[in-house]
Amino acid sequence: MTSGWIPMDGGGFTPPSTEDFNFSGLMNGAAWLNKPMLQLVISVILIAVVFVWGSRNLQIVPGKRQWTFEFLYDYIRNTVGRDVIGRDYQKWMPLLFPMFLLIIVNNWFGEFFYFMFPTFSNIGYVYGLVILVFVLFIGVGIKAHGIAYFKLATAPADVPKLLWIIIIPLEILSTFVVRPVTLSVRLFANMFAGHMSVLVFIGGGTYLLTYANNILFNVSGGLSWVLGMAIIGLELFIGYLQAYVFTILTAQYIASSINVGH
Amino acid sequence: MLMEITGSLSVIGYGLAALGPGIGVAMIFAAVINGTARQPEARSAMMGTAIFGFAIVEALAILGFVLALIK
Repeated sequence: MTSGWIPMDGGGFTPPSTEDFNFSGLMNGAAWLNKPMLQLVISVILIAVVFVWGSRNLQIVPGKRQWTFEFLYDYIRNTVGRDVIGRDYQKWMPLLFPMFLLIIVNNWFGEFFYFMFPTFSNIGYVYGLVILVFVLFIGVGIKAHGIAYFKLATAPADVPKLLWIIIIPLEILSTFVVRPVTLSVRLFANMFAGHMSVLVFIGGGTYLLTYANNILFNVSGGLSWVLGMAIIGLELFIGYLQAYVFTILTAQYIASSINVGH
Repeated sequence: MLMEITGSLSVIGYGLAALGPGIGVAMIFAAVINGTARQPEARSAMMGTAIFGFAIVEALAILGFVLALIK
């Protein structure tokens, strides 16, 4: 990964590629235990430990620690649970709040020391989450409406019968194909492109900064590092935004399965 | 030659494909800002619809991204 980034090593500049997103196993005989997998396990343990600590001996008048954790929970509960799902949102909170935390922590690993890699820039990890959401919103629809859910979801009753020829294929496509595909690729693409642009600016900046006997290259390499830092700041915001959008869309899909046909 | 630019032409196609969704997303959030300025208490009601519309509009850009990666 680092070869070709220092001019004295010889050879030209190798731009960052998709190869930088592949990791080999950390231990012999356990190829599955690579960096993203380890990060995912660490994030789950981290969230569990922090929130068990945060919810110890709760009081009616909250202290600083309890206030902070309640603020975090209220943010998702009010803007995602109450505003999107509405009635009976409480039973979905154990899914939505940890989902938001898992995604935001793994996205912020991309800007965090020692990790410096957003876990969800490997699409397999996103597929896991999206399969859960996909099975869940179909399951919720079947539980609420029985097998008629598929008819309600694909053939809106207040549309003229003749238009069903166009509407039914479109609805099948949009609900059962486009929804899971866009949900997974949105998170993956944002994380992948963000990490790639950080690699371009920091890696390319390093190459220019260490180029011998060319002061113009060295100055532009330094500028490229400064811009790289700005992009890391932008990535922090995008990491939060994508976690929030993923959670709110999950809530939206669940709500649309419950209230299908309205 | 110091650097050689190589790559896939489909990335330029992705750049073009991102134009439309870019304008669309901008229009959605411009409408939300307008609405919030006129009626601040309706913000949360508008935000849900806006995020949903944003997700649908952005789908086109996402499909473009996938097609750009397929050589």
